[in-house]
Amino acid sequence: MTKGKVKGIISNLVIVEVDAPVAQNEIAYINLDGVKLMAEVIKVEGKNVYIQVFESTRGLKVGMEVDFQGHMLEAMLGPGLLEKKLDGLSHDLDKMEGVFLKRGQYTPSLDEKRLWKFKPIAKAGDKVSAASWLGEVDENYQPHKIMVPFTMTEEYTVKSVISEGEYTVYQTIAIIVDKNGKEHEINMVQKWPVKVPMTHYKEKPRPYRLLETGVRSIDTLNPIVEGGTGFIPGAFGTGKTVLQHAISKQAEADIVVIAACGERANEVVEIFTEFPELEDPHTGRKLIERTIIVANTSNMPVAAREASVYTAMTIGEYYRAMGLKVLLMADSTSRWAQALREMSNRMEELPGPDAFPMDISAIISNFYGRAGHVKLNNGHEGSITFIGTVSPAGGNLKEPVTENTKKVARCFYALEQDRADRKRYPAINPIESYSKYLEYPEFEEFISKEISEDWTSKVNDMKTRLLRGKEISEQINILGDDGVPTEYHITFWKSELIDFVILQQDAFDDIDAVTPIERQKYILDMVIDICRTDFQFDNFTDAADYFKEMINICRQMNYSEFKSDKFNAHRAELDKLIKTKHQEN
Amino acid sequence: MAKAFQKIYTQITQITKATCSVKATNVGYDELATVEGRLAQVVKIIDDEVTLQIFEGTEGIPTNAEVIFLGKAPSLKVSDQLAGRFFNAYGNPIDGGPIPEGEERQIGGPSVNPVRRKQPSELIATGISGIDLNNTLVTGQKIPFFADPDQPFNQVMATVALRAKADKIILGGMGMTNDDYLYYKNVFSNAGALDRIIIFMNTTEDPAVERLLVPDMALTAAEYFAVDKNEKVLVLLSDMTSYSDALAIVSNRMDQIPSKDSMPGSLYSDLAKIYEKAAQFPDGGSITIIAVTTLSGGDITHAVPDNTGYITEGQLFLRHDTTIGKVIVDPFRSLSRLKQLVQGKKTREDHPQVMNAAVRLYADAANARTKLENGFDLTDYDQRALDFAKDYSEYLLAIDVNLDTVEMLDTTWGLFSKHFRPQEVNMRMELVERYWKK
Ligand SMILES: Nc1ncnc2c1ncn2[C@@H]1O[C@H](COP(=O)(O)OP(=O)(O)OP(=O)(O)O)[C@@H](O)[C@H]1O
Ligand SMILES: [Mg+2]
Repeated sequence: MTKGKVKGIISNLVIVEVDAPVAQNEIAYINLDGVKLMAEVIKVEGKNVYIQVFESTRGLKVGMEVDFQGHMLEAMLGPGLLEKKLDGLSHDLDKMEGVFLKRGQYTPSLDEKRLWKFKPIAKAGDKVSAASWLGEVDENYQPHKIMVPFTMTEEYTVKSVISEGEYTVYQTIAIIVDKNGKEHEINMVQKWPVKVPMTHYKEKPRPYRLLETGVRSIDTLNPIVEGGTGFIPGAFGTGKTVLQHAISKQAEADIVVIAACGERANEVVEIFTEFPELEDPHTGRKLIERTIIVANTSNMPVAAREASVYTAMTIGEYYRAMGLKVLLMADSTSRWAQALREMSNRMEELPGPDAFPMDISAIISNFYGRAGHVKLNNGHEGSITFIGTVSPAGGNLKEPVTENTKKVARCFYALEQDRADRKRYPAINPIESYSKYLEYPEFEEFISKEISEDWTSKVNDMKTRLLRGKEISEQINILGDDGVPTEYHITFWKSELIDFVILQQDAFDDIDAVTPIERQKYILDMVIDICRTDFQFDNFTDAADYFKEMINICRQMNYSEFKSDKFNAHRAELDKLIKTKHQEN
Repeated sequence: MAKAFQKIYTQITQITKATCSVKATNVGYDELATVEGRLAQVVKIIDDEVTLQIFEGTEGIPTNAEVIFLGKAPSLKVSDQLAGRFFNAYGNPIDGGPIPEGEERQIGGPSVNPVRRKQPSELIATGISGIDLNNTLVTGQKIPFFADPDQPFNQVMATVALRAKADKIILGGMGMTNDDYLYYKNVFSNAGALDRIIIFMNTTEDPAVERLLVPDMALTAAEYFAVDKNEKVLVLLSDMTSYSDALAIVSNRMDQIPSKDSMPGSLYSDLAKIYEKAAQFPDGGSITIIAVTTLSGGDITHAVPDNTGYITEGQLFLRHDTTIGKVIVDPFRSLSRLKQLVQGKKTREDHPQVMNAAVRLYADAANARTKLENGFDLTDYDQRALDFAKDYSEYLLAIDVNLDTVEMLDTTWGLFSKHFRPQEVNMRMELVERYWKK
């Protein structure tokens, strides 16, 4: 392996002099008095290799030795990743010693001793290639497939697969033979360079199947689909993280990978603390059992921040290749872009807009491009749904990360400061936000069958009413309450009803937090029926009082168990209220 | 006072406003040095050329200056002897007392492994209901006051600190006026709290760049008491805008490409490294950080408050409320993100809903005020909302209020029933039935 010597140090950018070949993105270890600091090649200029160090460089000196590894940054993949808390470079945080992180502690993500119940899938004589399923183990009730390593590029014939039984990850479970008759022993562990997409599938058809999140302003208003992409931009404190956490708790996914990228440590602690207690609303098992957390919090080394999102994506791709539904969340992709910016500035590269690197647009679009719904070579299907948050400087969406993400993500959930200030949570702006999937005929067909024929028309009706309500409220602001007809007030209040009953949802209320799709249908039907009812009022204050009472009853319903006695009682109260107004007509 | 084995270098190759470069070998990154007796730190090494940032500035440094490398990063000697003492940014006593003895620890040390943190769960009662009712604080939290320079944030911080029941209060002063420094000293000594206080002070009279050391000094002391001694430590940092200004000065003088508002592109990481030292430790100790970020003209989109907001767990926004002529904790822009860990759990069940309802009604009052300003008639509801808002400011939001949480909740219910009907507050029926004041 190539060796080198430190020549220069500028914060975590280190210049190394080498006299043998190195590759772009190759991993290297610097030997600092016996402590190994991991680093990655980011630029080569003649004999000078620029590496970014994934650790603090305090105490580093000119002349210290550097060992290049001959491979890029890799994730170690295999059974046992579920429930793991990994750092950005996919080292197991639980295995590290002490309260404080020490430099050079590179703990493996898999457990060598743990036994897995293995069942063969392939048999002698089968033709296999990279990502073919050889067998499966039970990992937290998920059929974790043991696959031909993704890095093996040829066609192979299975010579043998070990019989059903309990094995550790490093035991050979199959022997496969290549064209030249060479035998390869396969165990349950494989490695993959995180920055390279795993494309071991037949095709990537357009996604169309609703991914239920239990969040009404997503599922009802702007749904995301299995294998879809979305992003959540918003100023600080507008609710990006709360929304992402809600989705990761409630979404109907097999595997949830959460990348905490340059955000607060206490937010991952919240996941560590709550997920082992909370139940997956779809299976009743503990949430943590389906979750993997990749944590590079804001105080952890900046260079590893960039790696963290790639690590998370690679883990997602690995599980997708097993035919599973993966949900991947990254909070916040802006911190990743900022890490790139810090490095690019240190290397004195010519900056692009807002001093971000010139190629930020390509980096973002390549990353989003790795998500998707795929048909595997064996005919099974798998998906990665990816939702990233964006933290725009000053809350202004006209900045490079938001703009470039908007070009590639198909769902846009814009969080609005004004809504957050008025505690109208989730603060998703119902007018600016969109889901491109609503325009997919495949989705339309799916949703008509899955929910009802008139679903989409009702949703569109609701959106029109929200827009109309906003226009009227602006007019009222200009002309005054008396300056517009009572009719207008009624239309306005109907849009407020939609806002209060469908859009607003308390993420911290046990019942309101998650609304299954069946209940969303019930609420939409109810609200649209009211909206389509004619009401007559003598003046706008009467209208306001009436609708406030109605909103109050509907909110009580949202806080009650679906179709419980209490719920039904509120519904009866609501029907009575509507009737009184009808009789007056 | 060079020790025998220390080599002295005198070959200065470059001098800028903040840095000088010297030919030297075997130097560690981040290492401290003295240049003509002035403290400096290694910020760049290329071959045998070492660039040093001189904290006091480079005025008068000659090309044959004596450079001595100290073989260590900036550090602080920690022990119980720190308690009750006042230091400068280098950790040297400024109170005339002896230099404390203890284990020497490098400042700006590693981060806590996130899996070793505990979830914050202990409420900090301040008596100020703009905080306790709407933005409840929790040990292990990090939160700044956002305030214009003329607002009484130092007074509020001192009040909060003294009521917070902390084992140690560590004040890091950055660009603080001498008068404010004396104010803190006075308040703490009048409260008989001096033995729980530690101060690291950089005043407006000291060189600006020195203040870059203050937060790390304060937090190294804090980690000693919180981790080694399992104590509850409250760290006050005033003012982080002055700190950021010093960062800008340095990066500017080192010719780095500035990003927004002349701040370095690494501002987010620089500030996060400080604020993330707040933690609830596994053995009961904690570090809570309450900071000040001064604003210019209330502008929170400026890079310093903006990046801060993205890092901290909320912010407390001080505003002068003209309807009552007092400073209040603004319920709109203020936020404590950890409040849900304690509200309704450590406090009465109605707390979360009462808080939200009150803020919603306060927003209705803001709408009514806009109508009024635009010359429109107010409805009866608008008028009631305005009356409510005034009472709410006066009896709850004003910073001179001192109540316990039950009193705060009861006062709010009182205001609800004084101004509204039950169906107008939009709360869970059970709560209204239980607490509505008849
Ligand atoms: N759906 C919700 N229901 C109730 N409260 C909410 C909801 N969403 C957000 N909040 C409130 O807003 C606060 C801030 O939300 P969150 O931490 O998600 O913001 P953020 O956009 O991630 O901010 P940052 O960019 O600084 O990380 C929460 O602590 C909570 O008090
Ligand atoms: Mg967040």
